[in-house]
This record gives sequence, structure tokens and C-alpha cells, in this order.
Amino acid sequence: MPKKNTFLFEWKKYALPAVLILAAFLFPLINRNAYHIDVMVTAGLFIILALGLNVIVGFAGILHLGYAAPFAVGAYTYALLNIHWHVPFWPGLVLSALAATGFGMLFAIPALRLGGDYLAIVTLGAGEIVRIALNNLDEITGGPNGLLGIDHPDLFFAGTEFGVKSGPYYFLVLSLILVLIFLLRRVEASPLGRAWVAMREDELAASCMGINLMSAKLSAFGLGSFIAGIAGCIFAAKQGTVSPDSFDFVISVMVLAMVVLGGLGNISGVILGALALSLLPEFLRGFDAYRMLLFGAAMIAMMLLRPQGILGEKRHREEYAGAARGEKA
Amino acid sequence: MDVFLQQLVNGLTIGMIYALIALGYTMVYGIAQLINFAHGEVFMVGAYFGLFAYSILTPLLSSPGSATLGVFLVFLFAMTLSALLGVVIERFAYRPLRHAPRLAPLITAIGVSFLLQNIIMLVFGPSDKSFPSLIESVTYTAGSVTFTNLQILIAASSVLLMISLHVFIRHSRTGKAMRALADDRDAANLVGVNTNRIISVTFLIGSALAGAGGVMFGMYYNTINFHDGYLAGLKAFTAAVLGGIGNIPGAMIGGLLIGVLEGLGAGYLSSEWKNVFAFFILILILLFRPSGLLGARVVKKV
Repeated sequence: MPKKNTFLFEWKKYALPAVLILAAFLFPLINRNAYHIDVMVTAGLFIILALGLNVIVGFAGILHLGYAAPFAVGAYTYALLNIHWHVPFWPGLVLSALAATGFGMLFAIPALRLGGDYLAIVTLGAGEIVRIALNNLDEITGGPNGLLGIDHPDLFFAGTEFGVKSGPYYFLVLSLILVLIFLLRRVEASPLGRAWVAMREDELAASCMGINLMSAKLSAFGLGSFIAGIAGCIFAAKQGTVSPDSFDFVISVMVLAMVVLGGLGNISGVILGALALSLLPEFLRGFDAYRMLLFGAAMIAMMLLRPQGILGEKRHREEYAGAARGEKA
Repeated sequence: MDVFLQQLVNGLTIGMIYALIALGYTMVYGIAQLINFAHGEVFMVGAYFGLFAYSILTPLLSSPGSATLGVFLVFLFAMTLSALLGVVIERFAYRPLRHAPRLAPLITAIGVSFLLQNIIMLVFGPSDKSFPSLIESVTYTAGSVTFTNLQILIAASSVLLMISLHVFIRHSRTGKAMRALADDRDAANLVGVNTNRIISVTFLIGSALAGAGGVMFGMYYNTINFHDGYLAGLKAFTAAVLGGIGNIPGAMIGGLLIGVLEGLGAGYLSSEWKNVFAFFILILILLFRPSGLLGARVVKKV
């Protein structure tokens, strides 16, 4: 069969993403409100975190309740390297992502023995231990006050500092998100990605089909934590300071909510979820004291309206439709 | 040795409160396979219900003749309202999602937590509220250990509540239905167990216990804050998992153990590290007993 209309088909497929990417790049050029750009940078960091957690929770189906921990390790690694040894941003980015990866893989050790909700509580406990340790190791981490005077990034060659303006960070974060989307889509379709899905759906069947559960779990925790480390490093470099408050359980929970609300395992959905939950409080600013109350109510309402997430993963969508008809999963 | 015994007594007291909250987590998990993350907030709101009841019942509590009745009424009021709150949460945030993906109710639970925390903050203000001891404090000394009548009251009423719960679950018709539902939902439905009703009852009981725990927490620490539900809930959930989630005696033992570990950690290490100590022991125990201390070992059938 001759290939007809390939161009038209491809054109339709890529039009929407192309327009969205273009709009995202043009946003800070059109909207020059510094506060809006800053909010978008924060939202972008949450998108990175949500994409990373999605690898663990969405792809591999492991409930992780301590995702703030690798995020914290990334941020503190860059902060310490930079303050004590003046490591610049770009090598720092790589090193902190690697540190977070190594650390995050420690979480996978109990994962080999524990299942389901028991594992979830271990990740939660380990995350809390990290936060409390950061709070109490005063000599190294500066305790509750955290670390100050972290260098902002500089460009590859020019040596120009990013400084306190949000604009450059916006492009940095946006470019990273695009790279991540591309890579994660490739990983999702790779043998590893399909091994994760198989493990998520039925661990026993997956291992019978020859999937090495240990390496599948380790790689899920590793990749997810790597991405958290990247976000942590950018966060530290942008703020110029880090303190334990930024890495408490609420962060873990918020990122998890973004992933679930957007649609477990669906990359576009997760991005939408992260945008929705990080921008919603800004839109509710007018309600002042009632802001977080409405935020809670909105979370409940969104989940009740779309139990499978804004954009569910294809398999999950079908499963949910089956359950709604009364079939057993 | 003195420190050890003293911290043991203090740890057991707070452990009783954790155990009461943990029971709610474990019962709900056993029957609905749901981690009710809003449970810690029900505990916190329960403490505020107690404070509210106190403000109404002050004349009753201040006259010596009716003080006991007053304390009883404060507990009754807080437990009743917490129970209703739990049932309402289940009805509107969890029941519509019973057939949804497993993580969906987790997110509504987080939403409910935000909602309850902020309602309390708006009504009572963001600062610590002082909570009265409700009873005249008497200190006893046995050897080198001192304890108060408040600690005895907390221990005695917790044990009483746990025994009543045990009797209820073992011997009542509803309790039997709860066990049936936890065992096999489909089979229970076939013999006529009404899932919705039993799950409501489970939330009712669990939340009432959390409400009682909230009042005890207030009486013991004399200050409550809208943030308190988070850490207490976290530790109680840890306790439930430690004992083997879904297992009722396990939750009681887990709660006491977490309380004692925390007390000893505070006594021997430092109070900043006490929470690390509890979580660390949890991870260690789970590594060697992956389904908790009393949890059933599930053999996977193929």
C-alpha cells in the first residue's frame, strides 16, 4: 500500500505540541510581568518533579511517599559543593543528579522485599528521616536555617550569571522539560518501560516472563530520583539558599497529587496536573484566607469528576471503564 | 534505669493515644483497602471539638460534684461529632471512588486534609490554643517514677475503649459483618452483608476513637494546633503498619511500641532525633517482617 497523505497525517499529529511549545517559548517575551514568569518557573520545577515521580508511581506502579528526599539531596549536594568547593552550576547539576540517583536507589532496597502499602510507608519514613536529619545536622546543613550564598548558574561559555531575574531560569527549565519529555517517551516505549508496565500490572507474571524485578525497580527509583536531583539543583541555584522546610512531606504529597490528578503514567496528563495544582493557588489568591480551603475542595472535586486523572493512561482508562461496567480487573 | 522507667511510662501514655488513632487507620484499611490519609485531621478536629465542648460545659466542669460527668460529656461530644465527620468524609470523598484506580481516594484524602486544616485555622486561628487539663492534677510517685492521674485516666480509658472495640468486633452482628467484609468482600455480599453500611460503621467507630484520642492529646499536652493532625496521624499510621495493617491487636501493639520508642529516643538520644528513631525502627522491622509484627503472611497463589 502506497503511503498517502503522510505529511498531512504527521502535520496533524505535531501541530498541537508545536503550537504549545512555541507559545511556551514566547510567553516571557509577551508577558513581561516578572511575578508571572517567576510563578511559571516554580510550576516548571514542579513539572520536572512530577515527570520524575511519574516514572516511579505511574510507569512502575510503586507508591512513593518520600519523593521530597531525592529532591532535597539534589539541592543540598549542589549547595554544599558550591559553597565549599565552588563547583559551578553545570558540573554541579550532573553531580547532584547523580547523588540523588544513588540516594534514591537506596529506597529500592526495601522495595525488593516489601510490597504495596508497606513499601509506601517505608518511603514515607525514609523521607521524614532525611528532612529531620537536614534539620539537625547543624554543622553540615546549617540546621533549620539552611545554607546561604549559593551561586546562581552561568551560561556555558559566556560566563554571564543568571542572577535573580526569572527570565533565564524560565528558558532553562522549559528546555529541560522538553528534553525530559522526549527522553521519557523513548524510555516508556523501550524494553525497560514495558518491563515497568508489566511489573505494575502483575509482578508475579512479569517475573515469570523473565523480567528481572530487582533491576526494573532499581532503575525506576534511579531514573525518578535522577530527575528529582536535577530539579533540586536548579531550585537551589535559583533560590540561592536551601532550608529543610522546602522538602517536607507536603512537597512529596503535592507532587504525588499532580501525578495522580493528571493521570498516572500519561506524560501529557502529568504535565497538565502539575500546571493545574501549581497555578491554582495563584488563581485563588483573590480569596485570601479561603485560598487553601478552596484548593482542598478543588482537589476533591477534580478527583471525583475524573477518577482516572485528567488524561488517564490508555490501559488505565480501559480498566476503569471496565470496572464501571462491573467487570473485575 | 530511672530514666528508662520514667520514659517508659511517658511513652506508654502517648502510645495509648497513637494506638487509638492507629485503630482507625487499620480498620478502614482492613475493610476498604484504603489508606485514609485524612484520619490524622479527624483526630485534630476531635481535639477542637473537645475544646468547644469544654467552653460550653465550663460551669459543669468547675463544680467539684459534676466534674466527672463533665469530662465524660466532653469526650462524648468530641467522639460523636468526630464520628459524624468521619462518616461524612467517607460518604462524599471515598464512596464515589470505590471502583476508581487505587490512588484516587488518596488524593481526595489529601484534599480533605487541606479542607479540615483550613476550616479549623479560619475558625480557631492559626496560633496554638491552650487546652485545659479538665481534671485536677495529682502526681503519684512509685520508686523513682512519677506519674499523674491524667496519665492513668488516659491509659484506663484507652484500654476500656479498646476492650469494647474488641468485644464489639468479636461478638456483635455488625462486628461479624465487618470481619466477613475484610475477609472476602464478594462472599460477604453474597450472604447479604451491606458493604456501604458496614464501611460507614467502620468510619464511625474509627473516627470516634480518633476523636477520643484528640481530647486526650489536648489534655496531656495542654496545647493544640491545626497542624497537630499531620505528625500524630503519620505516627499512628506508622504504628498501624508496624503492627500489620488491617490487624486490630497489631495496631494497639504498634501504637504502644511507637510511643515507647519515641519516649526512649527522647530520653536517651535527644528530642530532635526521636522521630528519626521511630521511623528507623519501623524500616528495620519491616525489612525482617515485611507484613508487620502481627500481619498475616499472605502466600501468593498462582
